[in-house]
Amino acid sequence: MNAIKLETNAYSLFYGKFRALEDISLKIPEKQVTAIIGPSGCGKSTFLRTFNRMNDLIPGVRTEGQALLDGEDIFSMDVVALRQRVGMVFQKPNPFPKSIFDNVAYGPRVNGIRDKKALDEIVETSLRGAALWNEVKDNLGKSGLALSGGQQQRLCIARALAVKPSVILMDEPAASLDPIATQRIEELIRQLVEEYTIVIVTHNMQQAGRVSDYTAFFFTDESRTGKLVEFNLTRKIFTNPQDKRTEDYITGRFG
Amino acid sequence: MTEQELTPMKPADLRASSASANLRKRQTTQKLSFGLLWLASLIVVLVLVVVVGYVFITGFKSLSWDFLTTAPKGGLSGEGGISTTIITTIYLVALILVIAAPLGIGAAIFMIEYQEQTKAGGKFVQALLQAANFGVETLAGIPSIIFGLFGYALFVSTLQFGFSLLSAALAGACLVLPTIIRTTQEALLTVPVSLREGSLALGATRWQTISKVVLPAAIPGIITGIILSVGRIISETAVFYVTLGGSYRLPNSLLSGGRTLSLHLFYLAMDTNAFEKAMGTGAVLIVSIIIINLVIDLISRKLSAGVRQQQ
Amino acid sequence: MQNKLQVDKAVRTVLLISASLSIVIVVSIFIFIFRSSLPAFKEFGVQGLLGELTWRPANGSFGILAMIVGSVMVTLMALVIGVPLAIATAIFLAEIAPRGVQAVVRPAVQLLAGIPSVVYGLFGMVVLVPLIRRIPVAGNSGYGLLSAAIVLAVMILPTITSISEDAIRAVPRAYTEASLALGATHLQTIFQVLLPAGKSGIVAALILGIGRALGETMAMIMVIGNSVILPAPLNDNPLTVFLSQARTLTGNIAVEINYASGLHASALFATGVVLFMLIMIVNVSAHAFLNRSNALAN
Repeated sequence: MNAIKLETNAYSLFYGKFRALEDISLKIPEKQVTAIIGPSGCGKSTFLRTFNRMNDLIPGVRTEGQALLDGEDIFSMDVVALRQRVGMVFQKPNPFPKSIFDNVAYGPRVNGIRDKKALDEIVETSLRGAALWNEVKDNLGKSGLALSGGQQQRLCIARALAVKPSVILMDEPAASLDPIATQRIEELIRQLVEEYTIVIVTHNMQQAGRVSDYTAFFFTDESRTGKLVEFNLTRKIFTNPQDKRTEDYITGRFG
Repeated sequence: MTEQELTPMKPADLRASSASANLRKRQTTQKLSFGLLWLASLIVVLVLVVVVGYVFITGFKSLSWDFLTTAPKGGLSGEGGISTTIITTIYLVALILVIAAPLGIGAAIFMIEYQEQTKAGGKFVQALLQAANFGVETLAGIPSIIFGLFGYALFVSTLQFGFSLLSAALAGACLVLPTIIRTTQEALLTVPVSLREGSLALGATRWQTISKVVLPAAIPGIITGIILSVGRIISETAVFYVTLGGSYRLPNSLLSGGRTLSLHLFYLAMDTNAFEKAMGTGAVLIVSIIIINLVIDLISRKLSAGVRQQQ
Repeated sequence: MQNKLQVDKAVRTVLLISASLSIVIVVSIFIFIFRSSLPAFKEFGVQGLLGELTWRPANGSFGILAMIVGSVMVTLMALVIGVPLAIATAIFLAEIAPRGVQAVVRPAVQLLAGIPSVVYGLFGMVVLVPLIRRIPVAGNSGYGLLSAAIVLAVMILPTITSISEDAIRAVPRAYTEASLALGATHLQTIFQVLLPAGKSGIVAALILGIGRALGETMAMIMVIGNSVILPAPLNDNPLTVFLSQARTLTGNIAVEINYASGLHASALFATGVVLFMLIMIVNVSAHAFLNRSNALAN
């Protein structure tokens, strides 16, 4: 049985007066992959970014309701401490213009780890964890930007792992990758879930079906306000959706 | 496992206390550093307030309608007002713009609007365009005293225009040319390609397209460049110090010398004890610069509002 | 129809001529200043002009080394004073300042850039020089390197601030997000990601600031004292070198050109050549860095 890792209760988010997310209550289980799917503009990414408070960067954002990590209120937590516990992988691979080693060592270093040996060890473990070690172990001094797109994304995953988070948020991590690179990322996600709670936003329904244990379906109407329609085990959502809109979306009646 | 089986987990153990100590340390460092950054910016603003405030307060005593409308008397006492220097400044601004604005705008038009034609065209034109770009870049970086020295060598001495409005205007035109070219280039680049294509597709020639479609759309940006140049001319001293002569009398022809406001301030400060009058002149200069900045701000705000409307 | 096309062609020719003007001016400046400096170079040689300390036109000594040292020293001192403030303000504007504060600081920086150099010079003469004159050192007139460097620091600050701010803003937002998402503080993100990524642009800003400092003329004449001496400590304390008077290359030209003739005038043009070369080196390196930073931003 899995405990609840992340949770929102009656959670709403506003950009100024505009309500982007409305009344979302969701419990995300630990060490499972939870996919968030839905049409564009339904607030999936915004919802994802709640859990590491990336929305704080946008001026004029306001929230209502609760968001919890391990039962603690996310909004009263120190944001830096929160982000050490909740890692994130972005839609477009965004390695720093630094060496592969420095990319992975970035998180530990800002955390105060200076010891070269300790850093070496973290970098190797993280790169192994992201299934990139064998490809780059002889070139750790090479710029992270010199890698292929798929490798860059795995580097970003390694970089997130190096901070030793317990949750990894993934915002369409394969959206800019070719099918082979995408497959490797998906395999990696299945490996990572042994140790991490993973929440992934995806446009790609097949991907959600392949990698996730649970699926949350978000939807929006003309109001552009995102709402949670249905949350359940992925196989139930895909085989026996309870809501008409979920069914329509899954069978492809919405883009 | 279903949703109902999920139970909340106990709050996770906090990380080792050393980690949270480290976090506290990092956040203290951040607070201190941000404090320093605030302080630095405060100092910058204070420097401005002190300089402008000092010039205004000490210059205020000499500022009056009389001061603005009386001619300076010359000599070591610094008696009199600044009327002739205001008029000379206006003459010089007008002359320089008459020379530099058409040339600068023309150059920018060629460098932007005829780019593709040039690529298709001969090697000579291509090389010329490259040279022109290099020229603008270089001119923009040359210090004004070099323009002065050049003006002195060419216009004052070789062409024998002497220390005169004409020499100063020609040297000043070289000085502001890169400003006008660059701002015009930027203005032209903001005009959407679709506008040009629309006009060309209707059978208009390139020049018709430029004069009827592109230039009207780029006008606010071009005007900004010209106003910037006005500011540059008003502030400039070194170029005119070695080309304009410095007579406090009103110039009566292109070939007679004179002094601008900035130059007058310099002479008052260096050759007389009339510091209050120098400050008064400084106040007039600062007010002109503030007005110029405000006008530019206004235009660029209108511009960005316009762009937003178009979108 | 024929007419229309002819107009088009004529206009193109006129525009082409305008476009070529900038390079014609650059070349003319180069030719005129070099040609006018030739007599002095022929008479004294490069060594005799650039390697000699004594500048005494009445005696036929035209060494400009003291002015080279003066220009370089006052520029370096201005950088030491101005750069920390300038970069700090750039970081503040790009990353920290709330909108309302930005709306005050940015126009302030803009206005600092617009204030005529003679006004700074005047302020220096009337306020700064008397203050510095109070430092009790024999021979300290208040006019000198320190006063000049402070004035110069304020004058180069806006250039460095605005170009550095642009450089910091040009760093892709994705880097900031990545760094914050890894648990870095905002300060760590600024110093370990933003500044390194914007390095080229910031270096270019510094170099352009150096160019402005080397080129400044009137304000320097007004506060640096203009004595042609190699800056040296006024007493046993080496720090008093900063109270020493000096003359800049620019000041040398401006102060004397109007009454110089013959070899004297030629030596002033030689001063211009040295200045021109220094500025060209500075500008070429600035553009190399700016191009690199633009390439990175794309």
